Amino acid sequence: MQFVQNFPFMCILLTLICAVVTSVLKGRQARWLTMGLITAVTAMTATVLVYTLQTGDSYVYMMGHFPAPWGNEIRIGVLEALMMTVFCFVTLFAFVGGMVPSIREIEKSKYNIYCILVDLMFLALQALVYTNDLFTAYVFIEINTLAAAGLVMMRQKGRNLVAGVRYMMMNLVGSSLFLFGISILYTITGHLLMANIHESVAALAASGEYKIPLTIVVAMVTVGLAVKSALYPFEKWLPGAYSNATPSVAAMLSSLVSKGYIFLLIKFYVRVIGFDIICSMGVLDVLFIFGVLGMVMGSVNAVRAKTTRLMVAYSSVAQIGYIFAALGLRSEIGIICALWHSAAHAATKSMLFISCAEMDDACGGTHLRKHLCGAVYHSPLLALAFALGAINLTGIPLLSVFMTKVTLTQAAIEVGGRHMAIILAAVAISTLLNAVYFLGTAVNLFTPTKEGDEVLPPTVRKNPFTAIALIGMIALNIAMGLLSQPFLSALAEGLAKFA
Amino acid sequence: MQYLLVNYEQTAAVILFCIGFSTMLLHKNLLKKIIGMDIMDAGIFLFLACQGYIKGRVAPIVVNGVQSVEAYINPVPAGLVLTGIVVSVSVTALMLALTVRLYYRYHTLNLDEMIALAGKEEV
Repeated sequence: MQFVQNFPFMCILLTLICAVVTSVLKGRQARWLTMGLITAVTAMTATVLVYTLQTGDSYVYMMGHFPAPWGNEIRIGVLEALMMTVFCFVTLFAFVGGMVPSIREIEKSKYNIYCILVDLMFLALQALVYTNDLFTAYVFIEINTLAAAGLVMMRQKGRNLVAGVRYMMMNLVGSSLFLFGISILYTITGHLLMANIHESVAALAASGEYKIPLTIVVAMVTVGLAVKSALYPFEKWLPGAYSNATPSVAAMLSSLVSKGYIFLLIKFYVRVIGFDIICSMGVLDVLFIFGVLGMVMGSVNAVRAKTTRLMVAYSSVAQIGYIFAALGLRSEIGIICALWHSAAHAATKSMLFISCAEMDDACGGTHLRKHLCGAVYHSPLLALAFALGAINLTGIPLLSVFMTKVTLTQAAIEVGGRHMAIILAAVAISTLLNAVYFLGTAVNLFTPTKEGDEVLPPTVRKNPFTAIALIGMIALNIAMGLLSQPFLSALAEGLAKFA
Repeated sequence: MQYLLVNYEQTAAVILFCIGFSTMLLHKNLLKKIIGMDIMDAGIFLFLACQGYIKGRVAPIVVNGVQSVEAYINPVPAGLVLTGIVVSVSVTALMLALTVRLYYRYHTLNLDEMIALAGKEEV
């Protein structure tokens, strides 16, 4: 075994140790330790990505001394390494970009708790991406939920506490459904490791046994993870949680927490049950319908939103809809599209949340869209980052989300029939609505204010951390747009070896 | 019907799960929601625990030199239940602490009223 193969396990262990050490540190030290940790994990994950791309192979890492089917494992391949590398960069930029607002908004004595929760969320994300064991996945789902709810409540305001409770309630329903689903699956197959379950399920499908229980398992796990990743109509908790949290937290929740669940769902479909069996069950049709509804309704709600952050939050519902609609197409390109959009949306949405929160503060702190008029003249970098995110999510060529729309349409055309017509109509409506709210706001940023306009005097603060993070995010978004073809090829290669 | 009676433990577990699930979703009172959540978790734990039990066998602890696999129950579900209980207790503790905090702030346990009151506060 090569030394680099130990890195994913070492990253998980290092994150866990840092979370424990952070509990005895003061705010400033905790902040630097967390930043150092995320940087180190990003570097190590990028090394693993290079290694997996060079070898083109995946490997299973045994945790402890018990071999399969008794022990616990993590699995690393091109797909996991690629997605995790993007998530690591997004975590780093979101943490650094929202550092100054978080210092301002979080009580000094509680800052180290914020860092612990960021560490735990990051730990859970890594574990969800790498794990090869379903029960381990459940445990880290719960850790992710607790950490994310704590992060929502870090700003000690009434709205945040209520948003935290709503977040917990919906997410606990999702976790319980997932747990019940995997419990039934364990009783049917007798295994918890994904590879072993896959073999048993394939044998059961061939013999035609346990067809109904298997369908119930898939339905429970799907609904559980869909609730947790805010698929329409389970998104009621999302606007409050995203729009009231500190910018870093909103960026991490929208970009990372929900994507961890989506990656796990794809893993469950492809590695645990097998995509052919999933396609024969009809669950994907339901996902498809709700995904399409989410694409449209998320955008409609975003148009109606008065504050910028609420608009960006509702836009997440629409983007999650894209991911689930792509999954519901029952094709390999659909899964690749879902994976690609998870990464593209993570990179874009974190940039939007960080830039719009800072811009709101600079434009009088009312958070209203109309007060952002002419923001580019006093906060150019923030406005440029927001405008880039906005035009990206609208689907302008050369940027990453354009490739999502191309791949989604390509998958729909390949499937044909009603699916094609519905997807083409939904993409058209959603893009139009995206243009209305995103391009409308972006144009507003570049419009000079006139006499008599209702605009508050700007209060620009110097914030080098946000500036550095935003430059990083802009670079990441442009790189993903320009390198979309190699990225998609790597996803396809990883997916081929994923099953 | 016959299957439900033969597998009565699983039937009871599913009924408990459904009671907890509906309590959690339909009640507005936060405490009742938390109770519903615990009932739901208890249903899952009962389901798992009864899967590992095999009638006539004992816990897998070697006593009197008996080492045959046939003598023991399956210990894995018990391990899963223990882990699940730890998670459930942590979640319940957090939710109860949060409920106390919200009650001091809004003087109500009704989630809808809390949402309405929080909506009136400044951003």
